[in-house]
Amino acid sequence: MTGGLAAFARLLEQLAFTPQRSGKERVLADWFATQPDPERGLALAALTGDLDLRQVRPSLLRGLVSGRVDAELFALSYDFVGDLAETIALIWPVDGSENPSLADVVGQLRDTSKARLGDVIVALLDNLGPSQRYACLKLATGGLRVGVSARLARTAFSKWANLPLTEVEEIWHGLTPPYLDLFAWAQGGAKPETAAYAPFRPVMLATAWDAVTMAARSPADFAAEWKWDGIRVQAVSDRGTRRLYSRTGEDISNAFPDVLALLEFDGVLDGELLVRRDGIVAPFGDLQQRLNRKTVSAAMLRSHPAGLRVYDVLVWQGQDMRNQPYDARRAVLDAATPALPAQIDHSPRLDFTTWDDLAALRANPSDPVIEGVMIKRRASPYIAGRAKGHWFKWKRDPFVIDAVLLYAQRGHGKRSGYYSDFTFGVWDGDVLVPVGKAYFGFTDAELKALDRFVRDNTTDRFGPVRAVKPLKVVEVAFEGLNRSPRHKSGVAMRFPRISRIRDDKPAAQADTLETLQDLLPK
Amino acid sequence: MDPILVPKPEGLFCPAGGFFIDPVRPVARALVTHGHADHARAGHGAVMATAQTLDIMALRYGAEFTQSRQPYDGPVRIGDVTVSFHPAGHVLGSAQIAVTGAQGRIVVSGDYSRVPNPACAPFEPVPCDIFVTEATFGLPVFRHPDPLGEIAKLLASVRAQPDRAHLIGAYALGKAQRVIMLLRQAGYDGPIHIHGALQKLCDYHIAQGVALGDLRPATLERGRKPDFAGAIVLAPPSAFAATWSQRFPDPVICFASGWMQVRARARQRGVELPLLISDHVDWPDLTRTITELDPAQVWVTHGREDAVMRWCSLNGRAAHPLRLIGYEDEAE
Repeated sequence: MTGGLAAFARLLEQLAFTPQRSGKERVLADWFATQPDPERGLALAALTGDLDLRQVRPSLLRGLVSGRVDAELFALSYDFVGDLAETIALIWPVDGSENPSLADVVGQLRDTSKARLGDVIVALLDNLGPSQRYACLKLATGGLRVGVSARLARTAFSKWANLPLTEVEEIWHGLTPPYLDLFAWAQGGAKPETAAYAPFRPVMLATAWDAVTMAARSPADFAAEWKWDGIRVQAVSDRGTRRLYSRTGEDISNAFPDVLALLEFDGVLDGELLVRRDGIVAPFGDLQQRLNRKTVSAAMLRSHPAGLRVYDVLVWQGQDMRNQPYDARRAVLDAATPALPAQIDHSPRLDFTTWDDLAALRANPSDPVIEGVMIKRRASPYIAGRAKGHWFKWKRDPFVIDAVLLYAQRGHGKRSGYYSDFTFGVWDGDVLVPVGKAYFGFTDAELKALDRFVRDNTTDRFGPVRAVKPLKVVEVAFEGLNRSPRHKSGVAMRFPRISRIRDDKPAAQADTLETLQDLLPK
Repeated sequence: MDPILVPKPEGLFCPAGGFFIDPVRPVARALVTHGHADHARAGHGAVMATAQTLDIMALRYGAEFTQSRQPYDGPVRIGDVTVSFHPAGHVLGSAQIAVTGAQGRIVVSGDYSRVPNPACAPFEPVPCDIFVTEATFGLPVFRHPDPLGEIAKLLASVRAQPDRAHLIGAYALGKAQRVIMLLRQAGYDGPIHIHGALQKLCDYHIAQGVALGDLRPATLERGRKPDFAGAIVLAPPSAFAATWSQRFPDPVICFASGWMQVRARARQRGVELPLLISDHVDWPDLTRTITELDPAQVWVTHGREDAVMRWCSLNGRAAHPLRLIGYEDEAE
């Protein structure tokens, strides 16, 4: 295997075109196994978003290319290709054959002064071939867009290294690229000591609750609380350093300055991030407005104030609580929250004696933003990962509607050749409006039947998408509904999947948009 | 005096000779550059083309595709013009058509390529007053790499994933055989499986002396467990949408085309391994060809006319877009 930027360019290509997660993990494992330090670690940092390079703006690149290529030819090309870095990589009129190391390129993009950055990029582009230019420009502009999340990159690393993902995540925020200590650990060396403040601790996850689980357990051994429909976060305040992490360890502090300001404690709390106005919890759709943002506007902070509803404590005032039983941790937590700002409170424990009591509570929750109950074993320590027998989630039954198949698209990997991604719609008067997309939930036999239906009933083709006769009714299960100005129907489903094929039902009897709208949060 | 050729809805027409070149609708007399379906259509009264192109048309449309076949056999006088055919380097049987009259000479290149292709003679530069060029890849972003490098990528992927079949989309005339020949050139001498739709044209190439090696039908033998693990399978791209492709275990979808240069194109097609193999001129070869021929005028057809026109204008060359309708500008 070759090395340098050429190998990195090949890696980006493979990751971008390999459809399945498992395939991407294989590609990355091969990279970690065959590339030397520091190249392999720099690529890992590029994928996790931890390379701190100079910001290269599109306007700078446009300026550079205008010095080399006729503006009209560039505009026609960009229009056709649709991606600025790719267009520049392909159209750059001079080809070089150098293959600098990733370390060399990263060094130049990190250490060059802003004034000289343009010259340095031009020199790089002149000395590289097209695919290396693409890799170089993607590094420079950030956002590799190869379908690999930071989590997937860390998962691939831990699988390759045969190390528990939870341990990798725990030390991750104390590590710096090119992660020489991490790779040394992977190859039998010592686990890196991290002295960084406010690190992430891998979270404890729940398994699904069912009748069999319930019958085997005594209610007296368990505590229960509401399951809130927000996002799981870890709030850390450590000797003055404050951070907010997602459940996968992404640092989302910058998007939530309002929450950071609330962390007037020294410890690590586990809880739900919610938008809260005057103590009232807003629906998930409101919280969604604040997610996936690098920064947040003052107007957004006023209109969508975020807060925490905490349910566990991992570290408190310097003491690691994770080995203590749930009841002891809860006692500490319940005692601590009254002293914290009002936008942080704890999730109250539910009062029940029998499982039937709990079932009744679950069937009739006290707040519309509750999506079920959490059941936690009183004697269990805080265990990273999804250990069985400790925490359970007992979600509210999903919503279901009957919808009509409208479009289908071919799947990837094992499903290539099958129409497996379906768009479905419901009636709005006498027209069917698309309300969602689902690509799982069905059995292999049902997939074959749906594929056959699509082939036999195609009415139109748009590239890889087929429109089908509106004949097939499917039952769609989903977890919730939000208003969405982006969708024609005005609604967006959460976690939709095809739960049943309703061959017994004619399309005219499928549900209406009104029925769906009645499910929207009031 | 009439110009030698004029664009009409049916295609380029020669008033002095009474014929069309590559007409898209049935006409009395057609001259055809090559066998791709958008250039060679059935139903003309008479067709003049290279013997190979006529054979290919008969294979595709049946022996009755025209009332009269006229195999090209040296320069010929038609009406008041002289017509000659010259290799275009595109696919087996492909030719440029030169029409010479009192007003000078016009060369209709059809589709052409400057990259060596063992199935056909190399492109022959023919001095002319007007050169009619295709513009399929007529944007400066299109620079096709060495096709053997692409084949090396394919073979590396086959070695790295011996449990998966590599399913390569390639058009039936030209591209499929090109991929097979490149595989052979790269030293791959194992069996190559082909979809039924490629059989006739592969057989014809072999009959014309193009060595394709061990080809086997990609069919399921009765009573045998299907096993295409590690196999290389070629099929027309349309087969990927058909149930035909469901027989392969977790296939690696590959596509051999010049369009694979653009990542979004590959992703839209669900391609896992894009193979940048083209039988058209890329931008450097297109502009080099115009420079070499140095015609008084360039006529530009099917594809990205705007960019080729712009290049001509930047280089002080007279150029006109033909805006002919009916040619595929994206199939390759």
